[in-house]
Amino acid sequence: MGLRYVQPAPGFKQYLPKDYVDLIDFGPFGKEVDASQLGQFKEILEEHPMCAGCWMAYFVRVFYASLPNPEDTIVLGTAGCARLALSQAAVPFIYGNYGDTNAVASGLTRALNLRFPDKQKDVVAIAGDGGLMDIGFSMTMHSWFRREKFTTIMVDNEVYGNTGGQESGMSPKGVQLKMAPKGKKFDKLPATELAKLAGCVYVVKIAPTNIKRLSKVIKRAILAARHFGPTFIHAYTSCNIEYSIPTEEVLKDAREREKKDFGFEEYMTDEVRAFFEEIEKKKKEVRA
Amino acid sequence: MSEEKKIVPGPAGYMPTPAVFMGVELPPEGKALLYGEIVDEETAMREAAKAMLTRKNPTIFPGPQVLWDWRDDVADKAQAILELASEIPNCRIIPMPDYRPKYPKIDPEAEINPNHPNLTILHNRIEACIFVGVHCHYANLSLRMIRAGTNCYTIALCAELGHEEAMASLRDVHADDIRRFKDVLVQVRNELGIQWTPKAPPTNPSLPKEEWEALNPADYGDYLHMIIPRKGTENVTETE
Repeated sequence: MGLRYVQPAPGFKQYLPKDYVDLIDFGPFGKEVDASQLGQFKEILEEHPMCAGCWMAYFVRVFYASLPNPEDTIVLGTAGCARLALSQAAVPFIYGNYGDTNAVASGLTRALNLRFPDKQKDVVAIAGDGGLMDIGFSMTMHSWFRREKFTTIMVDNEVYGNTGGQESGMSPKGVQLKMAPKGKKFDKLPATELAKLAGCVYVVKIAPTNIKRLSKVIKRAILAARHFGPTFIHAYTSCNIEYSIPTEEVLKDAREREKKDFGFEEYMTDEVRAFFEEIEKKKKEVRA
Repeated sequence: MSEEKKIVPGPAGYMPTPAVFMGVELPPEGKALLYGEIVDEETAMREAAKAMLTRKNPTIFPGPQVLWDWRDDVADKAQAILELASEIPNCRIIPMPDYRPKYPKIDPEAEINPNHPNLTILHNRIEACIFVGVHCHYANLSLRMIRAGTNCYTIALCAELGHEEAMASLRDVHADDIRRFKDVLVQVRNELGIQWTPKAPPTNPSLPKEEWEALNPADYGDYLHMIIPRKGTENVTETE
C-alpha cells in the first residue's frame, strides 16, 4: 500500500509483464481519475471471470475507477459473485469467511490507524445481499453501531447466484427462484433504513444506470467514512442468469427497477453535508 | 549429511507429504537446508549453484518484495539479484509481481502465479529455479506444488527463516548474502569449466518490441486492400 508499492525496483521494470508496466505508466495510482475517463487510463480491473451481462461486474469496474486513492485502499469481500472480480484487481483484497466482512474491516481500519497514524488509508467492504444482510447481518449491524469508519457496499443481486439460486433476505416478495420454487413469503429487508437507524452517516440506494452519479456516490461514501463514521451504499446489481434477464436487456432492467423500487436515494447527516459543500466550494474556487 | 535425501526434485505426485511431516526442521541462524537436512551455508550454496549451472532453463522468480521499490533497502537487493542472474548461463527472470488469482489464465512466459506455479515451470521446461522476495506463506504454497508436479530443483533465498519444501534453502538472505552466493556460483562455474561472459537476462517477452519506422503490411489490417489492390478486382483494363 502506498505509491512506493506501485513503483518497480531499479532495473526490474523491463522484467515485469506488460500489464504491470501499463499500470505503472498509465494506471490511476497517484493521479486524480474519474470513472467518466474510463478508456483513457489503464484500469485496476480488466479481466474477470464473471458471467456475460453481469451488472455486478459493471458495478465493480466503475467502483475501482472511482476510488479516490486506489494506492491506499484495501477492499474486503466474502463468498459470492463479486469477489471473483474484486480479487483480480490490482488493489489489496481480503477474502473473509462468509459474513464476517464488516468485522474484519473493523479490525483492519483500527489497525491501519495505529500503524499509519499520519496517513489516510481507505477500507471498503463489498459483499452481496447474502454476505451483508443474511449471514453477515449481525456483524454488519454491529460495525455500524460501533461507528466504525469504513465504507460498506452491498451489491444486491437479490439471490444467492453463486450456489444455484436460493432466495435471500433481499429477494423481492413473491419471487420464484430455482431453489425457492414456492416463492418468497416476505418483503425485501429495508437495508438503507436499517443503516440510517444504526448510525451510518452517509447512505445511498442506487440502481447503477448513471456512471457519473455512481462514481460520485462511491467517492462521497469513502470520503465521508474517513472523517465521520460508517457509510453504506445499497446498489442494485441484477443477476441476469438467475433472473433470466437477456444479456442485452440488463441495462433496460436496471432502468425499469430504478423507476419502480430502486429510485436514487441519498441520505447524509448535517455535518457530512457541510463537509461536501465545503469540498464543492473549494473545487469551484479552483475552477474559477 | 545422511545418505537418504528427504526433499528431492519431483514429481512427488498429487498432495505430497509436507516436508515438516517428514521431520524437516527450519535451520538455525547461520545454517541452511539442503534436501531437508541442516548443513553449512557454504555447502548449500555450492549445491544450489551446481543445480543452477547444470540443469536446464535456470530461472529466477523474484517476488513482490524485491520487484517493487517499497523500502529503502530494496534497490540494493534488486541490484544483487540482477548481478546474480547475469552470472548464470542462459538464466531467465520470470516475475511474480503479486498473488492475485488470474482468470482466464496467466501468460506462462511472462509471469508466474503462486496459485499455479507448475504452469510456468512446465511451459518453460524449467529444471532449476530460485525463489527470492516471495512472502513466506506463498513461497511455501508454491514450492510444495512445484515439488508435487514438476521435476524442478527449487532454491529458496529467504529473508526470514527459510523454506523446508525447497531442495536448497538459505535463511536471512539480504543483498550481501546474494552477492556471496554469486561469488560461490562463479567459483563453481569455473570449477566445472563452464565459459560464460556475464550478461543481463532477456527482458519480459510480453513487452512489445515496437518498431515505428518499419511498417508491415499486416499492420494495415482490414485496410490492407487500400495499399495492395486485390487481385482481379481492381485495375480493370478492359470492358466488355
